[in-house]
Amino acid sequence: MAAPLTLLLIVAVTIRAVLFRSSLAELISERVEVVSPLNAWKRVVEGLALLDLGVSPYSGDVFHETPLMIYLFHFTVDYAEIVFMVSPYFVDCLSCFLAPLDRFRKQKYALESDRYPADCLELLRSPKEMFYIPLKVAMFYLLNPFTILSCVAKSTCGLNNAIIALFIFCTLKGSALLSGILLALATYQSIYPLTLFAPALLFFLQRLYIPVNLRRSSFWFFTLQYAFIYVGSLVVITGLSFFLLGSWDFIPSVYGFIFSVPDLTPNIGLFWYFFAEMFEHFRLFFICVFQINVFFYTIPLSIKLKEHPVFLIFMQIAIISIFKSYPTVGDVALYMAFLPAWSHLYRFLRNIFLVSCVLLACSALFPVLWHLWIYAGSANSNFYYAITLLFNFGQILLVSDYFYAYLRREHHLIHGLYLKKKDGTEATLVLK
Amino acid sequence: MGLLSDPNRRKALTNLLTRLNAPICMVCYLAAIVWFMGLAFEPFTLRTYMSENAMGSTMVEERFSSGERALSLAKEFDAHKTKAGGMPVEWLVKAMQARGLEVFTQSFSRKLPFPDENKERYMVRGTNVYGILRAPRAPRTEALVITAPCSPGNSNNQAVGLLLALAQYFRNQIFWAKDIIFLVNEHDLIGMQAWLEGYHHTNITGMEYSPLQGRAGSIQAALSLELSSDVITSLDLILEGLNGQLPNLDLANLFYAFCQKLGVLCTIQGKLQRNDWDTAEGYTHAAQTMMLMVLKQACGRSWGDHGLFLRYHIEAASIRGINGFRHYKMDVATIGRLLEGMVRKLNNLLERLHQSYFFYLLPSLSRFVSIGYYMPAFGLLAVILLLRVSFPGLMLHVCFSVSLQPSGPGVLTVLTPVVISHLTGVALYLLPVHLQEMAVEHFPVSETEAVVLTAVAIYTAGLALPHNTQRLLSGEGTEQGWKVLKLTALLYLAVLLGCTALINFSLGFVLAVTLVPITASMTPHMPKALSALAMVLLSPAFTILYCVFIYQELIEAPVSVSEGWMLFLSVISQGILDHALYGSLVYPLLALFVYPCWLMFWNILFWS
Repeated sequence: MAAPLTLLLIVAVTIRAVLFRSSLAELISERVEVVSPLNAWKRVVEGLALLDLGVSPYSGDVFHETPLMIYLFHFTVDYAEIVFMVSPYFVDCLSCFLAPLDRFRKQKYALESDRYPADCLELLRSPKEMFYIPLKVAMFYLLNPFTILSCVAKSTCGLNNAIIALFIFCTLKGSALLSGILLALATYQSIYPLTLFAPALLFFLQRLYIPVNLRRSSFWFFTLQYAFIYVGSLVVITGLSFFLLGSWDFIPSVYGFIFSVPDLTPNIGLFWYFFAEMFEHFRLFFICVFQINVFFYTIPLSIKLKEHPVFLIFMQIAIISIFKSYPTVGDVALYMAFLPAWSHLYRFLRNIFLVSCVLLACSALFPVLWHLWIYAGSANSNFYYAITLLFNFGQILLVSDYFYAYLRREHHLIHGLYLKKKDGTEATLVLK
Repeated sequence: MGLLSDPNRRKALTNLLTRLNAPICMVCYLAAIVWFMGLAFEPFTLRTYMSENAMGSTMVEERFSSGERALSLAKEFDAHKTKAGGMPVEWLVKAMQARGLEVFTQSFSRKLPFPDENKERYMVRGTNVYGILRAPRAPRTEALVITAPCSPGNSNNQAVGLLLALAQYFRNQIFWAKDIIFLVNEHDLIGMQAWLEGYHHTNITGMEYSPLQGRAGSIQAALSLELSSDVITSLDLILEGLNGQLPNLDLANLFYAFCQKLGVLCTIQGKLQRNDWDTAEGYTHAAQTMMLMVLKQACGRSWGDHGLFLRYHIEAASIRGINGFRHYKMDVATIGRLLEGMVRKLNNLLERLHQSYFFYLLPSLSRFVSIGYYMPAFGLLAVILLLRVSFPGLMLHVCFSVSLQPSGPGVLTVLTPVVISHLTGVALYLLPVHLQEMAVEHFPVSETEAVVLTAVAIYTAGLALPHNTQRLLSGEGTEQGWKVLKLTALLYLAVLLGCTALINFSLGFVLAVTLVPITASMTPHMPKALSALAMVLLSPAFTILYCVFIYQELIEAPVSVSEGWMLFLSVISQGILDHALYGSLVYPLLALFVYPCWLMFWNILFWS
């Protein structure tokens, strides 16, 4: 286990180092798919220059990083490449989480195996399969071309991913304090991880054997405790930012920028084209409609998946990366790293082939249509947006497919793998 | 979504696709060919129309009448050119200055990666001369360009003469709202490339040039002029630019409109328009014209000096005078009037040409096929690949479980052929130019031959690779191994051809027509010798060879096999040169992607 992991790390570092030194690095860091106005390195440099001159980095409309981030780079700007090289490895921590998780599950299954019908044993994962999952997660993240591109472009998206990964790691390790602090940090970075509060809470409740019951005082006690950690650290972090900068400039410049989407540079998301075409007086209404998408799904998903908080985390991260206002391929890479963890769902996936074809074709078509639109001038924005739509369609299909497969597996675990109709013929499950 | 989520209907659909896979693929292929050939049939095409308001409704009266002066200037230019043994820079500068232009020169030099035997040049040194007529009526933020190449020998003198006469005439008009740049470029495309790079402050091809001293506004449109005789019978419009890029269709419409107005015979691809579309000859004529356009576009080179403008977002076309149809004759003054009219309409533009089509094929000058009509022909071919993908896709869960085993045999069996084919592709791309010196030392060939023959040799050597690949593998190739490889290769080919067709439809379509049938049906269980022969005959190199023969046939200059072979070799050297000099993408595309992809299928055939 350690040897392949080391090999993997060496390969990953080599690829990145080679790309950093090659002439491709500059090209990649200009790609709109890889960097967004929120996390472009060019903008960080601009912010740093302003800070050094004693001007507020948020004066002007270029810099949209959080204050803590700029102070981090203020001290490490000379080692920026190293910071970016290192940040993906925090995501490796993700891989470590699966070890305890699986042990936990194994025990659960051992305890409850008599409860499941006999033919379902093939649905349970063997310890050997589980043994390789951390390695696969690490491979999926470190060797994913999306991550590599994002890292070579020095997009700060990699750091945000690292924070979210650390948060998941601490959550799964069961440390409510660290988890709350890291969740606050992730929220502070990009707001949207706010929706991860629900799955984290559900996980801790499950871990502590507290039933989700609104009339139980123990439920409320723990919820308030976790919420207090979360809100408290959020206040502390925000206050710290205020004291570092001496002004509240960063609130409109970072969070206002995320929410009101003033920058309509094309990206792989759904916002830019829609808001570029829209009449100005509908803007507020549609911003609300678009932004609600990210937050709204938390409620039905938390109800449906309250027994499966880890899967809920995956769903939430995927939804954030699809519906956020400035998505980049780095965000996509984060939830894709989870896919090997659900390798036991493959037999129930229905459209995975179609989805992978769509995602693959779209990744190739993004630069082609960008070239036709911007350089050749023969295509136009509609062509590019069509591919954006297709890409997001693929992602949504992927997530819903995993959701369906997860539910179906649970169904089979309870009702047996080979379902019979009442008249004895083989039954099929239909999701309607 | 019902179809995707209802398992019963899904099963029915997959059953249907599996059972009827081969017939459906066959029908798709035939339908694609029939659809494509049907595009030239007049009722299926659209009539061209002017979309740009600024050029459509404004009336222009052409008054240019100094045809004689143009011809005498041409003679004078010819004399000075012969005397100087090249571009008569001083005379040109004086001539332009005398006509009241701001005149500047730009010198450039370029060493070709290997000697160009078609044009007999290796170390190229030259000077561009250009004069700017400043717009009297507007803030000079936009410009138009008229160029005439200064060619060796006594060709193209009339173009330079007409250019100077036009400059003199335009200087006395007051209605110019855009600067007009009159450019005489030496060494055709190389000079043009140097001038354009100088104008836009870029350097993408390693050209050495002196910076431009005078500039005008952003260039909106450009016309390139090629006239070689005093009497012209018809004008030919050339649209195909670098990498198969085409100018906005409105530019062709503009040319056609003025030809109609002045009663000038106009051709495209050197072919006159016929009115008898309902006869077999009429249809064949249109089909030939369209095929010529497809072949020219597919080869991705610039067919006139205008081709390099397109890269900079400048709509441009070349107008070539032809002296062939004996019954019609027109003087230089008529051509001058035609150019005057075109430039004046372009002068009226309020924004860049963008209203009309950028993706089109022209079966004649008055008819066009838009992207919406020709894409289905390619789509039908791409569907075959996807259908074949979905066929082995039934064992997809197997594939996925294989590919998800880290460092298991599944990944390795596929990865080895993929990597080796791509390394061969890289060798094909890099070695011919870099190894020429060594090849010249050891073999009695010239540099150009050395480059081309090295390319052919590496290409052929690539065919011997599968056996080596097999030895590198740990064990025997499994049944599952080739299926996974085929799945990868089919997907790869589909994405590759799709992207190519978007950028350069003709190239994508020509490649798809030859590559799809054999790749879609390839399995290791076919008779080896026969299918190997079929694969070689349908490989990318043979596609180029066929294109050479078909092209020669279409321009009514059929060649024998040995001449065809020589032409094929020169096409390859031109392709490599175009890539090195102007950044044409066809050679790297073929060498780095299409050929390795084809090798992967070759690998499947010899899977044991």
